[in-house]
Amino acid sequence: MSTRTRPRAHPDDGTTTYREALREGLREALASDDRVFLMGEDVGRYGGCFGVSLGLLEEFGPDRIRDTPLSESAFVGAGIGAALAGMRPVVEIMTVNFSLLALDQILNNAATLRHMSGGQLGVPLVIRMTTGAGRQLAAQHSHSLEGWYAHIPGLRVLAPATVDDARHVLAAALADPDPVLLFEHGSLYNAAGMLDPAVHDVHLDRAAVRREGTDVTIVAYGGCVSKALEAAEAMAGEGISAEVVDLRTLRPLDDATIVGSVLRTHRAVVVDEGWRSGSLSAEIESRIYEQAFFDLDAPVERVCSAEVPIPYARRLEEAALPQPADIVAAAHRVVS
Amino acid sequence: MAEFTMPSLGADMDEGTLSQWLVHPGDQVARGDVVAVVETAKSAIEVECFDSGTVEALLVDEGTTVPVGTPLARIGTTAESRPTERQPVRGQPVESPPPSTPLVRRLAEDRHVDLAAVRGSGPGGRITRADVEHAESEPARAPEQQPGTEPPRRKRSESGATAKTAPTPRPAKPVRSDGSAGKRPAPARVKSSPLARRLATELGVDLAEVTGTGRGGTVRAEDVRSAAATKGAQRPAVPDAALAATARLMSRSKREIPHFYLSTTVDMAAALEWMHARNRELPLSARLVPAALTFKAVALAARKVPELNGHWRDDRFVPAEEVRLGVAVSLRSGGLVAPALAHADALSVAEVMAALKDLVARARGGRLRASQTADPSLTVTNLGEQGVEAVFGVVYPPQVALVGLGRIVERPVAVNGLLGVRPVLTATLSADHRAADGATGARFLTAMDRLLQQPEEL
Repeated sequence: MSTRTRPRAHPDDGTTTYREALREGLREALASDDRVFLMGEDVGRYGGCFGVSLGLLEEFGPDRIRDTPLSESAFVGAGIGAALAGMRPVVEIMTVNFSLLALDQILNNAATLRHMSGGQLGVPLVIRMTTGAGRQLAAQHSHSLEGWYAHIPGLRVLAPATVDDARHVLAAALADPDPVLLFEHGSLYNAAGMLDPAVHDVHLDRAAVRREGTDVTIVAYGGCVSKALEAAEAMAGEGISAEVVDLRTLRPLDDATIVGSVLRTHRAVVVDEGWRSGSLSAEIESRIYEQAFFDLDAPVERVCSAEVPIPYARRLEEAALPQPADIVAAAHRVVS
Repeated sequence: MAEFTMPSLGADMDEGTLSQWLVHPGDQVARGDVVAVVETAKSAIEVECFDSGTVEALLVDEGTTVPVGTPLARIGTTAESRPTERQPVRGQPVESPPPSTPLVRRLAEDRHVDLAAVRGSGPGGRITRADVEHAESEPARAPEQQPGTEPPRRKRSESGATAKTAPTPRPAKPVRSDGSAGKRPAPARVKSSPLARRLATELGVDLAEVTGTGRGGTVRAEDVRSAAATKGAQRPAVPDAALAATARLMSRSKREIPHFYLSTTVDMAAALEWMHARNRELPLSARLVPAALTFKAVALAARKVPELNGHWRDDRFVPAEEVRLGVAVSLRSGGLVAPALAHADALSVAEVMAALKDLVARARGGRLRASQTADPSLTVTNLGEQGVEAVFGVVYPPQVALVGLGRIVERPVAVNGLLGVRPVLTATLSADHRAADGATGARFLTAMDRLLQQPEEL
């Protein structure tokens, strides 16, 4: 698949990293619409904690690329105010763990104002944040809480998993008249892939089938998509044909694509880096049961993170996270 | 007690005319039943009831216009009313039972209730727990009930619905002779996937006879498919299972499918003449028999009349993408299988002959291939060898038609105004009236007849 990403530090072969793809998306948005500006901790002079906005301050100036104090609630609130006043702010929160400090703003203001104003006030705000583990950043920087946000009506929750999606997701998010949350998996920033010149936009309402197969559907998103593809590749060698569905949008979920795939394969494995209890994977599994029960040939399996704060030690961290081998093992359980 | 009021059938509706009552005082109604027709400014709308119970009084006469919210009828919702049991709703066709949940199946197995004979009252006609319990209590009330057995668990007044829709007499459940509360020996429950259940019903496979290869011996779809492939054939010692599966399938067919039958007499002179000429050139092993020609003709007719080549699923006809001719083969151990001849319309007569030989040998030897067992789209039963002149078969669900072929016999026939002795074959068509009608069937048999008059074109 042309858009498959793989980790590479310094691409020099025409490939683009996920980080660069996001930066290109930002640059395009800033250049094409005066109302767009970026703010967050260290996004300006430092170039973004993960290097996404490197160089943008020099290019667009301090009015458009604004460093903020360490106060998530304040700068997300400011973003909401700016959005209400007609701007198109892009707010970067360093990690999803810190976003909880702004949860009141996100849930009680951004997500509800459209409803509470009888449709009169929209909040066209985009919040970008890093999620997920795998880089030894310990518990307070490694959790996958996007499922919590996917619980909230009034938000759109996105999780781009490929360079193509990273490149084009921002334009689609900014076009939404309501708040959009963008979850960038930390392990993807260095992943590189060829941008498909034929792709010019991202369809926010539709999940993507990244690999076709007939024996089992693997549903994944964000950082787990490449693991699911790796697992599918491994299984192809043993004669099991796995279909990989990349959710892309965690809210609203694209039931049609998920269930459509399960109706073809009759078996499903859901991969979610969140904790199993009360997770997004539970929601997906439930929808599969609701809509495809009589077409299932085995109980749906889930591969989730161990229900512990993500450990710092490398081996422990690896053990706590869904790995391709876990996905293969789960697929074996449903297929055989 | 509940009131059925004039509903608001649109934001702009403030009054409506009750044009027709569909219930009478004393009728049982359930939530969701259509009880009246209301004429609004835009159209006539069938109105559903939101309560379950007995209609006690109709408060508004037909033809009366009343404001939205006006009480139209009084519905008694006392403890006796049974919301789970629906009155037969007018105009609702009797459908094939939708799948039931694992819990219900388990309950039915424990209590020896045949789910196929139970009418579901749940959403979409799904069978609920209460239905199973109710169905179970029925045989207990049968006249042969022994004194000393426990009375029906629940007192329920006999309502038409369940009695009428359960025409198949169920085998009497084991009756406790001592009248004690001893446990009935429940058969071991078969663990199976929902898909396997569905396939088993479709393929007429008895799950109890299938060896599960899934986790903990769970029966999976693949197990059912391979069981269907070897059904009956590999178990000559116990043909009961195959016979029981056939019995169930045929009962279901006769219960659910409104059959109609057509018959025509085909002049086989041209076909046989051509066949004999071919056979003179062929080695003994490759010689044709009339079935090769007739089967090919059936397959081509199915392609010409696709309305009969396919399946009845989810209340509608789904045409098959290819002609997979089911061939009914009787097994020496008893029982029948109907493996499929794939792409029968695209094979030459010689290929049909070879495939047919292979199919019959494999079926009788219990070595059918999986590809030969999957979903035939139209089945042929050929009883010519058995000496009968015509066979009016039973459609193999979920297919919608079955072609019956009799023996080729010499009969005096008038041809072109002259009487002659000709070999003739009686071909019949049994078909599902939900999917097709006599005109379609006639086109099919006519097409087949025509094809057999030009055997070189087959």
